[in-house]
Amino acid sequence: MLQWLPENVSTYGQSVDNLFYAIYYLTLVVFILVMGTLIVFLIKYRHQEGKKADYIEGSTTLEIVWTAATTVIVFVLAMFSYPQWNNIKSPTQFPENPDVVVQVSGKQFNWDMTYPGPDNEFGTDDDLELENELHVPMDAVVHIRLTSIDVIHSFFVPQLRLKQDALPNRFINVWFEATKAGRYEIPCAELCGFGHSGMLGYLNVHTQADYDAWVQERWPQ
Amino acid sequence: MHDNEHTEHHHEESFISKYIFSLDHKTIGKQFLIYGLIMFFVGGGLALLFRWQLAYPDQPLPIIGASQQYLDDGEVVTGTDRMWERIYDSDKEEWLEVNMPSGVITPEFYNMLFTMHATIMVFFVVVPILVGAFGNFLIPLMIGTRDMAFPILNMLSFWLAVLAAIVMVLGFFVPGGHASAGWTGYAPLSADPQWTGVEWGLNLWAISLLLQGFSSLVGSINYITTIINMRAPGMTFFRMPLVIWSLFIVAILLLLAFPVLSSALALLIFDRLAGTTFFSATAEGGGDPLLWQHLFWFFGHPEVYILILPGMGIASELIAVFSRKPIFGYRSMVYAMIAIAFLGWIVWGHHMFQSGMRPGLGSIFMTTTMLIAVPSAIKTFNWMGTMFRGSIRFTTPMLHGIAFVSMFVIGGLSGIYMANTPVDIFIHDTYYIVAHIHYVVFGGSLFAIFGGIIFWFPKMYGRYMNDVLAKIHFWLTFIAFNCTFFPMHILGVGGHMRRISNPQQYEFLQGFEGMNIFITMSAFTLGFAQLILVFNFFWSMYKGKVAEQNPWQVNTLEWEAPTPVPHGNFGQIPTVYRGPYEYSVPGEESDWIPQAEPEHAPATGGD
Repeated sequence: MLQWLPENVSTYGQSVDNLFYAIYYLTLVVFILVMGTLIVFLIKYRHQEGKKADYIEGSTTLEIVWTAATTVIVFVLAMFSYPQWNNIKSPTQFPENPDVVVQVSGKQFNWDMTYPGPDNEFGTDDDLELENELHVPMDAVVHIRLTSIDVIHSFFVPQLRLKQDALPNRFINVWFEATKAGRYEIPCAELCGFGHSGMLGYLNVHTQADYDAWVQERWPQ
Repeated sequence: MHDNEHTEHHHEESFISKYIFSLDHKTIGKQFLIYGLIMFFVGGGLALLFRWQLAYPDQPLPIIGASQQYLDDGEVVTGTDRMWERIYDSDKEEWLEVNMPSGVITPEFYNMLFTMHATIMVFFVVVPILVGAFGNFLIPLMIGTRDMAFPILNMLSFWLAVLAAIVMVLGFFVPGGHASAGWTGYAPLSADPQWTGVEWGLNLWAISLLLQGFSSLVGSINYITTIINMRAPGMTFFRMPLVIWSLFIVAILLLLAFPVLSSALALLIFDRLAGTTFFSATAEGGGDPLLWQHLFWFFGHPEVYILILPGMGIASELIAVFSRKPIFGYRSMVYAMIAIAFLGWIVWGHHMFQSGMRPGLGSIFMTTTMLIAVPSAIKTFNWMGTMFRGSIRFTTPMLHGIAFVSMFVIGGLSGIYMANTPVDIFIHDTYYIVAHIHYVVFGGSLFAIFGGIIFWFPKMYGRYMNDVLAKIHFWLTFIAFNCTFFPMHILGVGGHMRRISNPQQYEFLQGFEGMNIFITMSAFTLGFAQLILVFNFFWSMYKGKVAEQNPWQVNTLEWEAPTPVPHGNFGQIPTVYRGPYEYSVPGEESDWIPQAEPEHAPATGGD
């Protein structure tokens, strides 16, 4: 089933996929065991003439066993998940000194990208605004300042394994490092009105040389 | 005696007091059941409309849509073309013209369709049937009393629900259309008409849910009071059938959860009509869109368990009766339900992992959420333990019970993916979530509902439902259900967002067209299979085989009452001597001992 996952092109995407795979195999094994047992029971213990069911009220030992086993599995899984989650979403754990900072602002029904320009400050004359086109270099840490000017949108790049809601009047920081050049879609993942379907931006991941050329073209010096 | 007086007073009843404004819990239960089935078709019909759009985006609907030729060059070819021509020529803005010109669903209408599909299914189908119908019908009968504690409140609860349904359906026909902000109604999209163009539709949505909230509140107070105060002599709490336990727990959840939603809805109405900004993030307003999400999900997650717990209760009855065995671990089943109900209050944040809520909170909510796997596993293993070394009768209600367990296993396991915060980053707001909720609420609750209807039908109407039709309905539903909802997991893994009206607009979803068409075909099959159930239901009411008093040989008290159950239920209130699941007791001749049968020593009790 997991071959349907879109290709992963971010540094942390693999850690998400690994957890996905781990849970997939865990749940698959549990599913097969439970369903297998159920089917065996259904066949073996079907009603047969002259045969009575056994009077069994339960088993405290079994209750303790499956309660404890499930609890342990749950906590082990949680332990493996905390660091990955913090790595992707906790601003305190983001890689410092990003190579690129972009403000992405959702609005019905577009993504507005704002680059701070060479002075690295938003709200100055050299800012560059682009509609629906995000340009970043490959193998570089990108910080996104995510916001919205109207309703809630959700910034989703399937290939980066990144999704974050954009809220009006708030700036939420997310980061990624893309590992492969290409053009990827940025759909909106949160219902935002009648134009929700088709609200679509593009993430252009360039090689460093191409990116430098793009910067040169936009901010000629 | 007071009890006898009570029965005698109600001898003469007019048609209206007997069937319309009835105070009898059984009639109110049946009213809720028929109400739920009618709304089931409304909600299902809406789903079929948007499934068409997802499989064949922007193509005219079958039957009512215009022909391709008419769309291309305006040439009238078919009868439907003529209808559309007439609609376009009229000066009035026709409803069809606004919502589906030429039979093509507009994006605005699409948003209304899925919003109302979920709203109706959750608030007007599953809760009214599970809680309203089964709760009303079963509680007094199974605990051994003559009626609910507050019969007038009970009637009020039903008629408030009817009023709520009328208001909800009216919303489709007001200018601006119906609510289109999703059943979750996230602010600010829902809080200000300028973002959707929906004016009174969303107000009516909120008002209708407020009414439905009152209805649930009134009902739950009644259930709690009845169960605590009116149990038959000998019916201790731990001799109550599990379905009564589940309804008791659910009534407490409803009592505590619904006021939270009602408060949120009231604030939302203020935001929309009085210009307050509780949920708007304007710089001067001081409100917060996340406040809505916290309030909504603080109600919403207990609500999810309100949808599944009575299903678990019904499935427990079916599995014990048709395995002819006591419930394996009766007490741990009760404790597991209490644990689920308790955990339900501290997991709401898992709906908000990607909402901008502080990530540290996400980790906490992940832990509490995954802990729900523990009581869920306990229940599943106990159901299997109940079948273990049983003598399983594959009656149609039992098939539904088994389907409930297997579908609940899938729905439970798929829940682990989205409980896991890193994995949820990817699958949040995708079809994976849609698959999960349908495995729990359709695969779980609805199979339990179907099983419960067939199981208790002989007590409700004194007749059996036709078994051949019921089996055809079961197998068609079971297969079509899995064909409809299992592929949605795959769509979700592919990143297919929910609530989009046209997947073809996205490059990365191009590979899913075939799957979407397959899902739609299965959904139509699933929808039409339900006609069999409804036909069987109404046909059997009049023409079904007449049932004896206790056709399935069940221990619980409802089967002690004569069929059809008279007003006041029991001639004499039964006394309870043992637990509800004394099946196949060693040394006994028959494989069941009714709870009210006195000659056996109470020591055999299952408590």
